[in-house]
Amino acid sequence: MNRITPSNAPIFWLLFGAGGVLSALFGSALVFITGIAGPLGIGLSADALSYQRVLGFAQNFIGKGFLLACIAFFAWHAAHRLLCTVHDFGIHKTVFVKSIFYGCAMVITLVAASSLLSVGF
Amino acid sequence: MNTQVKSRGPYKRSMTGWWKRDPFFMKYMVREMSALAVAGYAIVLMFGVLRLSQGEAAWNGWLAAMKSPLSILLHLTFLLGMVVHAKSWFEIMPKTMPAMHSGGQRVPGSTITRTGWAVTVVASLVTWAIAAWWKA
Repeated sequence: MNRITPSNAPIFWLLFGAGGVLSALFGSALVFITGIAGPLGIGLSADALSYQRVLGFAQNFIGKGFLLACIAFFAWHAAHRLLCTVHDFGIHKTVFVKSIFYGCAMVITLVAASSLLSVGF
Repeated sequence: MNTQVKSRGPYKRSMTGWWKRDPFFMKYMVREMSALAVAGYAIVLMFGVLRLSQGEAAWNGWLAAMKSPLSILLHLTFLLGMVVHAKSWFEIMPKTMPAMHSGGQRVPGSTITRTGWAVTVVASLVTWAIAAWWKA
């Protein structure tokens, strides 16, 4: 008798894959813009990261969606990958360990979503 | 007495530092560790939108923190991690996705990898253009 046990693993793989693609495509550019070029004023104007400008981007429908997708999918991708990597160091995927990693991703997602909602449209 | 207890059962080789045994394992570990950069940046960006939602003063505080030498150094390591991730992600892609066929021929893995890298370059340029010319 063959019985297929329903598994929640595909959900986490999907989030891992989505975050993997998104961070591969946009991660390097985003880190460079918001973390290096913007703050140091390399190749970007001084007001590139000004409050008004970033607020406008976060209030734009596409900008808001892009920011949320990046933060949330990056977090889920990293949580899943690091969960698998700590296994390689002898920390096994118990429900407790999984809850910590996926829980962090969930908190990051919720904080980002509520912040982006509260800046309005 | 203790040694006697220990000697029971089959021999088990220690797994401590296993990933240092082979260059292939080291490469694997470097690739997996790129997730630290992705995680770190997600947290930085999360604080960014959180501070943005708290008003101009809060945002300027975040921006000032981003200008600190420690933050610049951190973002340089994030950048390195992101590049390692982008490179390796598309190197692995031919092995993780279903086989693609074109004109009865299987699309070679190297084509998929190079296409991924090319799309990354285009996406990076588009992101840069938006950062440079976006009008609020």
